[in-house]
Parts: sequence; C-alpha cells; structure tokens
Amino acid sequence: MNYRMIKNILGWILLFETAFLIIPAITALVYREKAIFSILLTMLICASVGALMTVGKPKNKTLYSKEGIVIVSLSWIVLSAFGALPFVFAGAASYFDAFFETVSGFTTTGASIFSEVESLPKCLLIWRSFTHWIGGMGVLVFIMAFLPLSGANNMHIMKAESPGPSVSKLVPRVKTTALILYVIYFALTMALFVLLLFGGMNVFESLCTAFGTAGTGGFGTRNNSMFSFNSYIQIVVTVFMLLFSVNFASYYLVLKGKLRDALTSEIRWFFGIVISVIILISINVRYQFDTLFDTVKHVSFAVASIISTTGFSTVDFNLWPVFSKAMLLLLMFIGACAGSTGGGIKVSRIIIFFKSVAKEFRSMLHPKQVNKITVDNKPVGNEVAHSVAVYLLCYVIVFFVSVLLISFDCNSFETAFSAVAATLNNIGPGLDAVGPYANFGHFSVFSKLVLSFDMLAGRLELFPMLLLFSPSTWKRS
Amino acid sequence: MNIIIVGGGMVGKNLVQQLSEDGNNITVIDLEEDNINAITTKYDVNGIVGNGATHRIQQEAGIEDADLLIAVTGSDELNLLCCIIAKKEGKCQTIARVETPVYRADADYLKEQLGLAMVISPEYVAAKEISRLLRFPSAIKIETFANGNVELLKFRLPEGSKLAGMSVKEVVTKLKCDVLICTIERDSDTYIAYGDFVFKDKDIISIIASHKNADEFTKKVGFETHSAKNVMLAGGGEITHYLCEMLPKHGMNVKVIEKDRHICEEMCSDFGKISIINADTSDIDILIEEGVRDTDAFVSLLDLDEENILLSLTMKNLSKGKIITEIKKADFDAIAKNLDLDTTVNPKTITSDMIVRYVRATQNTLGSNVETLYNFIPGKATAAEFIVKENSPIASIPISELKLKKNILISSIIRNGHVILPRGNDVIIPGDSVVIVSEFMPLHDISDVLK
Repeated sequence: MNYRMIKNILGWILLFETAFLIIPAITALVYREKAIFSILLTMLICASVGALMTVGKPKNKTLYSKEGIVIVSLSWIVLSAFGALPFVFAGAASYFDAFFETVSGFTTTGASIFSEVESLPKCLLIWRSFTHWIGGMGVLVFIMAFLPLSGANNMHIMKAESPGPSVSKLVPRVKTTALILYVIYFALTMALFVLLLFGGMNVFESLCTAFGTAGTGGFGTRNNSMFSFNSYIQIVVTVFMLLFSVNFASYYLVLKGKLRDALTSEIRWFFGIVISVIILISINVRYQFDTLFDTVKHVSFAVASIISTTGFSTVDFNLWPVFSKAMLLLLMFIGACAGSTGGGIKVSRIIIFFKSVAKEFRSMLHPKQVNKITVDNKPVGNEVAHSVAVYLLCYVIVFFVSVLLISFDCNSFETAFSAVAATLNNIGPGLDAVGPYANFGHFSVFSKLVLSFDMLAGRLELFPMLLLFSPSTWKRS
Repeated sequence: MNIIIVGGGMVGKNLVQQLSEDGNNITVIDLEEDNINAITTKYDVNGIVGNGATHRIQQEAGIEDADLLIAVTGSDELNLLCCIIAKKEGKCQTIARVETPVYRADADYLKEQLGLAMVISPEYVAAKEISRLLRFPSAIKIETFANGNVELLKFRLPEGSKLAGMSVKEVVTKLKCDVLICTIERDSDTYIAYGDFVFKDKDIISIIASHKNADEFTKKVGFETHSAKNVMLAGGGEITHYLCEMLPKHGMNVKVIEKDRHICEEMCSDFGKISIINADTSDIDILIEEGVRDTDAFVSLLDLDEENILLSLTMKNLSKGKIITEIKKADFDAIAKNLDLDTTVNPKTITSDMIVRYVRATQNTLGSNVETLYNFIPGKATAAEFIVKENSPIASIPISELKLKKNILISSIIRNGHVILPRGNDVIIPGDSVVIVSEFMPLHDISDVLK
C-alpha cells in the first residue's frame, strides 16, 4: 500500500475542499451573515491540514487498484468529515448530525436532519446544495481534471468512483474525459439556472435548486421542498431531473453528431420505465387531484424525483395509495442510468441482470444451447454479468443488515425499510416517518452512522466502502 | 497526436507505453478482451475489442480524427488490410508490420502503392542491428545521431580495463581522446556521468563521439575494434535468412547450424556460399568440431528464449568471440542483463523503438522540437537531439554559466557537420544541433533543460 501517495492525494482533496468553500463564503459576504466565521474557520482548517499533508512529493507514484479503492472511499469520508464543520461552528447542528447532513450532501442523497431549513443561514444552505453538485459528478473526477497525476494510475480511481457496471472513457485520456464530463455537466447546470431565473426564482434559490437538481441531490431552500414554486419551475425541474439521470456519454455522442449511438438501450429502457410508471400512478391517484394536468404534473415530478434519486417533492406522496407507494419504492431500487449523477442500482445493471436470468432459463430448457448476453449488439463479457450478480447480492446483504441495525430506532417497518432504501439509493425522502415532509433528525447517533455508511456505499457502488473495512485490503501482501 | 494501434501483443504494448508517455491520445484494438483489459488498466488509453481490419471497429476507434494508424498484429495480411481501410476511411498515415520475407521483399512496392508511411519487419530490423554489432563487436549497442555524424555507443568494461579506477574527468586528459561519457550502468542503477565518477570493472558505459574518435577511444581503452570475420549462427529462422544476405556483403564468413534437415536443404539452395551444418545445437561436440572456439562471433537465434540463453551461456565459456543472444520476451531482458550475456537483441523492442522514433520525428513537424530521441536505457535515460533556434534561452551563453536542471548533460554540439564536445567555455549558437542526455524525463523543447 502506497501510504505516502494516499496521504498526498487526501491532502489535495482538502485543498480542493477549501476552494469549494469559497462559494458559501461569498454568499455569506453578500448577505452579510455572521456564519461567515464558521466558513472561514473551516477553510483555514482544511487549508492547513491539506497543506501539511501535501508537503513532500512521494517518490513512488504508482497506484494499483488497491490504492485506487482506498483513496476513493477515504476521500469521500474525509470530504464529509471536514465539510460538516461549518454546521458545527455555526451552532446549527451537533457534529454527528452535521456529518450525516454533509454525507447526504456529497452523496447526492438529500436526506436531512433539519426539520426546518428556512431559518438556516444562506451560506450553509448553499453549501449543502453545492456539495450535491460536487458529489454528483464525483470529487476525484473533478480533481483528476485539474491535478497533474500521472495518467494511467487515474484509471483505478475513475473505475472506483464512476457509477455503472463497466467504465468506458469517452476519449483515450482520463484527464480529457474528466474535463469533457465536467464541461457538459457545467453547461447543463447553467442552462437550468437560467431557466429557473426566467421562472421568477431569485438568484440564490435558482443556484441552490440548480445544484440540487444537477447532482440529483434534493436539498432545497424551503421547508416544503418544491411545493410553493409555480408549475413552470416544477416542470423545468422535472425535465432536468430526468436529463441528469441519463448517461453523460450519450450527451458527448450527441455533440459528436452520433445520434443513433447516443440512444442506447439503457436510455430507451429508462424512459420506458418512467413513462409507464407515470401512467400507472396517475390512474391510481387521479382522485386526489382536481385536474388531469395537476395529476400528471405532480406524478411526473414524483416519479422523476425518485427514479433520478433526487428526492425533491411537490406533494406528500406518503398520502398516496399503497400501490403508488409500492411503485415508487420499486423505482428507488432501479435508479438512474450508469454514468449519470443519479444513484440506485442503475438501469444498465437491471438490464444485464434480466438478460442473465433469461439466459439461465434458456439454458435450463436447452442445456446444450450456447447463449451470450448482448446489450446494444455488443457482447457482455461473463465477468461483467458475474460482477452484476455479485453486486446485487452484496446490495441485498448490506440492505438487510442496515435495516436490522436501525430497526431499534423505527416506529414501523415501513420507516426502517424505506429509510435504508432512501439512503442506500441516494434518494433522500422515504416513507412514513422519513417521508418527504419528515426528516432523519429523530434517529440515534448510531443509526445515523449506519445510514451515512449506506449513503457512501450507495454512491460509491458498494465495493469501495465494503473493501475499506475488509482486513484483506490492509494486509501487506 | 491521435494514434490507433491495432494489435495489443508485445510490440503493441511497447508502443502504447512509450507513445502514451509522450502525450499522444491512443486507442488500442485487439481481438482478445484480456489483452485490452491488461492494457487499459495499466496505461491511460482507450481499448476496443474487435477486429481492427473492419470498417465498423475503425470508426468506433475514431479513424476520422486519427493522425496515425499502426498495425502490429501477428498477421501480415491483416495488418495490410487495416492500413488499406484506414487509408480509405481517414486521412491518417499508416504503418504496417510485415514479417514474411516474401512480402518484405515487396516493401517498397507496398509502401508506394498502398500509401504506407512505413513497412517494418521485426526480424529484418533485428538482423540489421546484429549486422551492425558484428561490424563493431565490442559495442553492446550502437545508435547514430545527426545524420550519422555522431555515434552513441554502449560498452561493458572488461575485467582489468584501463578505465577501471579512473574518474570521468581524467579520461579526456589521460587518454587524450575527445569523447563524452554519458551514462554508467552499474548493477541495476544508472548514473549520469559527472567529473568525479570513478569507473569499475564490468560497468556498462555509454559514450558519444564522432566515429573516428570512438574508434580511437576503443583502441586506447583496449577493446577489440575490428569487424568479426567468422560468424556462427544457431538456428535457421527468418533473422538468419536476412543475416545470410547481409553478412557476406561485409566480407564475413557465415556458418549456420540448424537441426531440421529440410530447412537446411532449402537454405543451401538459397545461399550457395554459406556453410550449413545439420546438427542440434545442444550437441557441444559438433559445435567444437565446427570451430566454435575460434569463431569471432556466435549468434543464438533459436526459437525459444530459454534455449538461446542457455546456449549463449555455454558459448561464453567455450569461445572468446562476441556472443549475441536473441530474446523475444521483453520480461527476459532484465533477467538476461544479470546473466552477463553482454549483447541481447529483442526484435520486438527494436521494432517498437523504430516506430516510436518515426512518430516523434513526425511530431517534430507538429510543434515539438525533438529531432531524434533514443531511450538508450529504457525507462531510465534518454538522449534527445534538438536544433537550437534563434532567441533560444540557452544560446550565446557559455555552458558553465547555464543553470541546468539536475541530471542533464549537454553531450555534444554539432556545428556545420563538425562535432564539438562541449566544455565549460563553449557557447551554443543558433543553428547548432545539440544532443542532450537526461535521466528519464520528457524533454519537449531545449529550454526544458534549464531550471
């Protein structure tokens, strides 16, 4: 294990976090808030610890996949651990609450411990939302785009951080790929920001909402999330939540004029699922709304919010009939497309999983038949199919162990089940006691740590976090 | 540059490593998923699994934006087909690896008719290298700079050499010889030569000098310098074929030992002047009978690396002549170095080096200023040739006053075809071409040598 290199990169992470904190610092300046001291103090701590850790260049710069995994999981923990400080210094929350909130921010979950956000200083609100934006595309991808790390090593980091069953680069160089991804991400966010301004939102709220939507996070600026905004804004946010849950590689292909290649089967499945679920739920909840337009608008918003794993809400879907709630719970697990900012199991994994099941069925009927899984006319290697199966297995194990661990704190099974589903899939609101109009503040410190682990595990696709706690990762050879 | 490499075998892998370190955007195509996975996790490049000679895969690899396609699979026909399709599809240059001697004979025709930039055969270039070494047997490696005006030679100091115990700065004064010592390899370390460095037996030294001075130097130090007269080749493969064509032209007597009767007879009808012995090389008695003790050089060119290494080690004890060993696997290079085999030749490494050199020369016209670049100790030391332009920050200042980075050596200045070995008072003027030796670091411009 190359500890010096790990230390060095973690130091860089803290220096970048210092830079990220400039945005809330400016906000605090603009609104002349006292909480600026909590931001500045955090910046000072991050900068000095970061500077200390980056002193001295490590001689041996090689990183193997082991180091890549450790770096990715530790970076996210370090980022959250330090990113929690402003809330503590400003007296808004205890350290573990603040840690939960920041993890929820960086992992783009959007599960909050605050029952009431409108009274929080604006600089803390924008920091919450900005962590979504940073976490959405991945912190290390961002750092790779700017830090001169020697090329090949980055692949291990990118592999560990990018969502989806297999990583492919857009262009040969990791660095250029990271840059292209961030340019697309930035452009889409700006477009959303401008559209929101047109809808009559003020600059501060537009920025926070744009960050929250782009990262598919879900932290808002109001207690009732998106309820109090006009229909135009709700529709814009619906569309963009779906746009941000599409594989970013497709946008690159569209830009390159390869429309046919951009429309992958994953995207077709994704939109197929979205549209059919909207229709089913609309029929089911039609009686709760006055007009058909309202029904479709609110249902689309809820569906987009859940499948993109954002977690904004315009209505309390906790009050919907059981069928609709069950549908939404199902969507929580499916999640967005691979290579997007969304969480969940990912549509591409679901596709591969279903195709492997079909293949297994076929080979039971015709034992000698040779079958190969293909997606978009390309063969899927046995190893990918195998890793998808293992992923789902680990997912189920982590899920049920977490439900068990937090069960002491829950009033109902629905709460426990949906709290884990909402955090492990990086959505935010669950059902019952953690529904869209409730929060996670009532959990014990232990449960909050369990759920924080789930959020990180969900964002990093399980294995990096699980391996971090596996003794064999830390063995010498 | 955007480069597509078809074939992720040994040559392909070498190319990926060197060219991606140079900062090119590389996409590798190979049929085997395992090969692609191995390459893409180790190097920062894109990989595509599929047949590189198909139009669809080439498009996926981005042929329309590519500047160069290098086809280095094991199949000549496939390589040529790749190049033809690439030529039709994009505007790129193409390089093909062509091994079969029959096609090789058509190299010029292929180049012209198919518009290839380079046709390269690993066996042929290896044979070339071996023939160069046989003409200057004391050197382990010979490279040329500045249109052949300057040579970079690598020697291993024999036991009891005059140089042992002498320091680098004494070489010029005591031997009265104008050569520049660049690097010293001892055990597995590489040192850039500084004034106070003291030589030891068995060091491998690299020198830069004009051809005449190099000759003089080697004589004074006590190396054999005359060309080999009698050469024995073990194995009747393709390299042997090429050598049988090349060596007699330089007046060498060639003896080939091959165990397959059939091949022997074929070679006999192809090359009348050469004596062909039908015997197994593991039969030492026959080798001795055929005069291995007195031969000037022995070259092991058998199919298996292991056989070659064992044979060469045996010959080392029997013969006083130069021993050259062909090694195919790159991994064996490091092992062979510890075995005291002096010269090893790896056809695939030479091939990839030559392609890299070509790519760098093309890049030169695209902005980088390197004229020629040799990785003469792979991964550790490079020698790069630059042409000094007007306004260059190193021009018109005495060398002793230049603030150079650590581990950089200005090893020679070539002015109007004359070689100047730079001393502290010398001044580099615009128009000079300068050879710079550095411990491994990418030099893109001559100003990179300054602090």
